[in-house]
Amino acid sequence: MALLQISEPGMAAAPHEHRLAVGIDLGTTNSLVATVRSGTATVLPDELGRPLLPSIVRYHADGRVDVGYAAQARQATDPKNTVVSVKRFMGRGLRDVAHVENAPYDFVDAPGMVQIRTAAGVKSPVEISSEILKVLRSRAELSLGGELSGVVITVPAYFDDAQRQATKDAGRLAGLNVLRLLNEPTAAAIAYGLDNAAEGIYAVYDLGGGTFDLSILKLSRGVFEVVATSGDSMLGGDDFDQRVFCWAVEQAKLPPLGPKDMRQLLMKAREAKEYLTYHGEAPFTARLSSGELVDLALDTEIFSTITQTLVRKTLGPVRKALRDAGLTVDDIKGVVMVGGATRMPQIQHAVAELFRRDPLNNLDPDKVVALGAAMQANVLAGNKPQGEDWLLLDVIPLSLGIETMGGLAEKIIPRNTTIPAAKAQEFTTYKDGQTAMSFHVVQGERELVADCRSLARFDLKGIPPMAAGAARVRVTFQVDADGLLSVTAREASTGAEASITVRPSYGLSDAEIERMLRESFEHAKEDVHARALAEYRVDGQRLLDATRSALAADKALLEPHEIEAIEKAMRALEQALPGNDPRAIKQATEALNRATDEFAGRRMDEGIKRALSGKKIGSL
Amino acid sequence: MHNHFELFGLAPDFALDPEALERSYREIQSRVHPDRFAHAGDAERRASLQWTTRVNEAYRTLQDPVQRAKHILELHGVDVAFETNTRMPSDFLVQQLGLREELEGAVSGKDATALDRLKSDLSNNKQTLIGQIGEAIDSRKDYAGAAGLVRKLMFLDKLDAEIEAAYEELE
Repeated sequence: MALLQISEPGMAAAPHEHRLAVGIDLGTTNSLVATVRSGTATVLPDELGRPLLPSIVRYHADGRVDVGYAAQARQATDPKNTVVSVKRFMGRGLRDVAHVENAPYDFVDAPGMVQIRTAAGVKSPVEISSEILKVLRSRAELSLGGELSGVVITVPAYFDDAQRQATKDAGRLAGLNVLRLLNEPTAAAIAYGLDNAAEGIYAVYDLGGGTFDLSILKLSRGVFEVVATSGDSMLGGDDFDQRVFCWAVEQAKLPPLGPKDMRQLLMKAREAKEYLTYHGEAPFTARLSSGELVDLALDTEIFSTITQTLVRKTLGPVRKALRDAGLTVDDIKGVVMVGGATRMPQIQHAVAELFRRDPLNNLDPDKVVALGAAMQANVLAGNKPQGEDWLLLDVIPLSLGIETMGGLAEKIIPRNTTIPAAKAQEFTTYKDGQTAMSFHVVQGERELVADCRSLARFDLKGIPPMAAGAARVRVTFQVDADGLLSVTAREASTGAEASITVRPSYGLSDAEIERMLRESFEHAKEDVHARALAEYRVDGQRLLDATRSALAADKALLEPHEIEAIEKAMRALEQALPGNDPRAIKQATEALNRATDEFAGRRMDEGIKRALSGKKIGSL
Repeated sequence: MHNHFELFGLAPDFALDPEALERSYREIQSRVHPDRFAHAGDAERRASLQWTTRVNEAYRTLQDPVQRAKHILELHGVDVAFETNTRMPSDFLVQQLGLREELEGAVSGKDATALDRLKSDLSNNKQTLIGQIGEAIDSRKDYAGAAGLVRKLMFLDKLDAEIEAAYEELE
């Protein structure tokens, strides 16, 4: 582990210090890491110069883990221990996973999220994803020569709360400071928009290995505003492979297959699909473990026929997003194509036909998301001076609501609401003397709760007994900038208050994350204590730097005694930082946080006053 | 209660300049948005989240004619109570019933052209109502009269949502 640099107490960090920040595209098929160097976003390759990392993880019985090409090479010979497309399982229960019968794994149906039994034990999709992230992290740290200050991880725009939470947990588990979860089409729009100085309304059509997103954005100088987003989080290039696989099984009249044959034919299906992008006919040959030879030929016509329902499935969300945005195809200035699956001519034709214009293919569809994420990470890390950065306004993809009597979903925050957002709604009791209420938080557009995704259940107890309908329980939904939800309920009609904050049930508790971290460190022979110390020092140092620059800018907003209190907390933290007690550093950091609470609020107010007094900042 | 117009430095009129609103919204967001504070301490990040949430809420309210009108009426102390007061003039209700029957007919007949026609008629009617609300609030200061018009506009919004759902059904 690299040694952390601690500046001398009282010495402010240089204002132009460049923080190491990267963007990570954690893809279904491939993952990438990119950074901004000398003003240009570039993908960081591995030591052999390969930019992509196949999102494949293989577990050995002794606990060793292979990630990427090494795992990919063994997927057909060791299919049960080699997990491909783990992203499709993130935040999903067993019954939500498509094609379970065609996936060669030992699934374990755990509450919340499905798990996979491997030679190294039962693994959750969060742990498996974190192995991919760890490899990208060390690739970036080697290449950049230092510890990462923060990362942006991209997620499909249509990911629900559980899937987002799972992704963020995977980042924490990999020891990353996740600055933000960024929607993939939005990341692509940043990369495209900045490269081409694009202005106007654009659509991003993003068909990845396992997910489909369609976002409509308004680009103007310095602002990226998502107007509407739509998609299908269970539709991607993998489904085209499945269609070819089923076609081959049917044509060759094959009996039910074992895991190795299954994985081999899925790989052949994928190769045939990719070959057809540039050729009229693809060979499909494979020798099964029984010795039987499968020898078929797949031509463009058959492929178009067996996949046309999938292509059509992407067009519904396009029309829905246009309607939500109140736009027609004539309002769209360009369609940016993202994701390897958009290389298929069938997709290109369908998109061109619907939008009545040729889609934009001038960016590498495999890299554009990672590049956009790197640009955003660079801004979030504070490496761009104000005026040269931009404002990004994104939305939630799916409505958030609560179950009411009769199994109906009452929408609290509708889809396509700009985040962060909060909304409160009052509910009341159903029976006389009722002292508790059960809340069920759901996500989705359907009216029946049974058709929506269940996010969390919690009880509010201690309501004073009253007549039915007399209690006033205020339920507040808050969605943060990552698109993550927290819910609070409070009964206030009699002055008696109770409140509870829930995390969606698919998310891992802090204790679980800590346990997993501990286990992985034990395995990696890394010192937990040293790790915690390093992390708290980074946090503490960051807060000290932020407070110093805040004081330098806005000292005038504080009374002398308030300045003194903040400076006292700063000195305490400065003294704690070089010590070896992680707890002392954490406590001193928290104390400084509390001491600056009021100051932070006043600085925000001041910011708004300045905004309205017409003092323009840069291009915004 | 918060005055959303003050937040954006705008006059509290129903007729508002959408470009001025957007300019002011972006100007404020560029200072309070969580992206500006991703690397800051907890206190600043929390304050940023609260402010951005409020600014987004205010922006959403002022952008939507029904919400904007309700906000102005509330600022003037007019009890709107739209949820409980559903009494409407009978000729208006008859007209609404007729439109809904037309919608049902278009859906059962899978008639997209009829939907398009309904949608464009509705959009004209909404524009007319929005103009009347503006006159009632801004010129005549007739807030009680405006409340009745806003209720009508809510009916039309609801019909609009049903037409959107019908389009989805036709697909």
